[in-house]
Amino acid sequence: MDVVVENFHLYYTGFLKTLGICLWAAAGSVLLGTSLAALRVSPVQSLQWMSAGYVNALRNCPLTVVLFFVAFGLPELGLNCSYYWFAVSALVLYTAAFICEAARSGINSVPQGQAEAARSIGMSFSRSLRLVILPQALRSVVPPLGSVIIAMIKNSAIVGAFGVGGELFSVGDTLTGSRGYAALPVLSGVLIGYLLITVSAGLLIQILERKATIAR
Amino acid sequence: MSNLLFDTPGRRARRRVLIASALSVVGLAALVYMTVRRLANQGQLGAEKWSPVFNPADEQFALLWRFLAVGLLNTLRAASVAVVLSVALGTALAVARISAARSYGWLIVTAVEILRGVPVVIAIFFAARVLPELGLELPLMWYLVIGLTVYNSVVIGEIVRAGVGALPRGQTEAAEALGLSRGQTLGLVLLPQAFRIMLPALISQLVVVLKDTSLGAFISYEELLRRGNIAVQSLQNPLQLFLVIALLFIAVNYALGQLAARVERRVSQSAAFQD
Repeated sequence: MDVVVENFHLYYTGFLKTLGICLWAAAGSVLLGTSLAALRVSPVQSLQWMSAGYVNALRNCPLTVVLFFVAFGLPELGLNCSYYWFAVSALVLYTAAFICEAARSGINSVPQGQAEAARSIGMSFSRSLRLVILPQALRSVVPPLGSVIIAMIKNSAIVGAFGVGGELFSVGDTLTGSRGYAALPVLSGVLIGYLLITVSAGLLIQILERKATIAR
Repeated sequence: MSNLLFDTPGRRARRRVLIASALSVVGLAALVYMTVRRLANQGQLGAEKWSPVFNPADEQFALLWRFLAVGLLNTLRAASVAVVLSVALGTALAVARISAARSYGWLIVTAVEILRGVPVVIAIFFAARVLPELGLELPLMWYLVIGLTVYNSVVIGEIVRAGVGALPRGQTEAAEALGLSRGQTLGLVLLPQAFRIMLPALISQLVVVLKDTSLGAFISYEELLRRGNIAVQSLQNPLQLFLVIALLFIAVNYALGQLAARVERRVSQSAAFQD
């Protein structure tokens, strides 16, 4: 494991960069995903179809292909930015589809009677949504949302394989590839970095889950 | 579920919905128009960009599609081998976890939990970089298959365990009352029933595996994406080619997803019939 100790600063900066990518991507995909879910449950049929089309397309397309499309295709359209932001946006586009599904299942898990009761005591649409349905839906959405986010953290390694320099996985890639270190210790170090993030994210979500669950 | 959030719309609400749909369609059309104009401005609508991919009369059309077809075939081959191996290994893992004694059961649990947290790319790179160091030279496909199998067998193992756990307790009790051993109970009574319940979940996992085979591109296994990337280098039309590759993946996976949904309906129907 000397390699890991010798190149600790590389690992450390890589770890921070991965963490940054994950945070940006998590924020972006939750934002985009919940708006997609809102479209999906809206009364406007055409919006429902657009959202469903987006989700079906992105869910069935490998992240790698999305990444290639964004990073090699968009420059052809004259849209240029750094690989870092291409990578983040690909992660956001892809993960949002899964977030949308998780959020939708959360809204669907609220018993029908709740909405009916809210309406029958005379609550308006926005009040029943704000005071009755969303608070319950948000609670039941925590576990599936958590597993989507954890999957996204793992997927962020793909971004490194793709060539966002200095990211945790790409650190391992350069150390084993061009610098010729033995692969086993180098990749184990990378793996520990990812496990650190995923395991702590898992614990965080568990705490949230315990806080959020309500007895039904 | 459509009326969970709102009442059946009345006259005014219907009119508002109609206006909103019209606005959204106009918005989408504007977006499409802007994209097309942008494409035209950047010279992306030229025939030389599209015709090798979509025009059968183009001289490169047959060549390109034969090239991509082999890629798709490689993708499907790697995915199916990985799935078969993962189901076999996953079942073994589930059986081990179910029947393990307390004393070493935690070992399996820990291994499963760690492997579940491993990014698939890293599993594949582990296989591709570490195995040759250990003196195990394999064709590229097998590194991909091994990486995919290590990750997915754990996931499938959990699916199998959940399937067995979901069976009514009476099944085990009846098998034990008949004098079947623990192995026979699992093999003859529980697993066959569990597999039937899990079939939809297994097919969905096949979609995941199929998507993950595209990671083979990073270890230069010539699956669909890699081949597409090679073709881009000579045709210089990344937008068009990656679009086609995305559509191919979406078509195959969407079909699999529909199959999973259909199987799920069948399974739940026949289960309802039995009870």
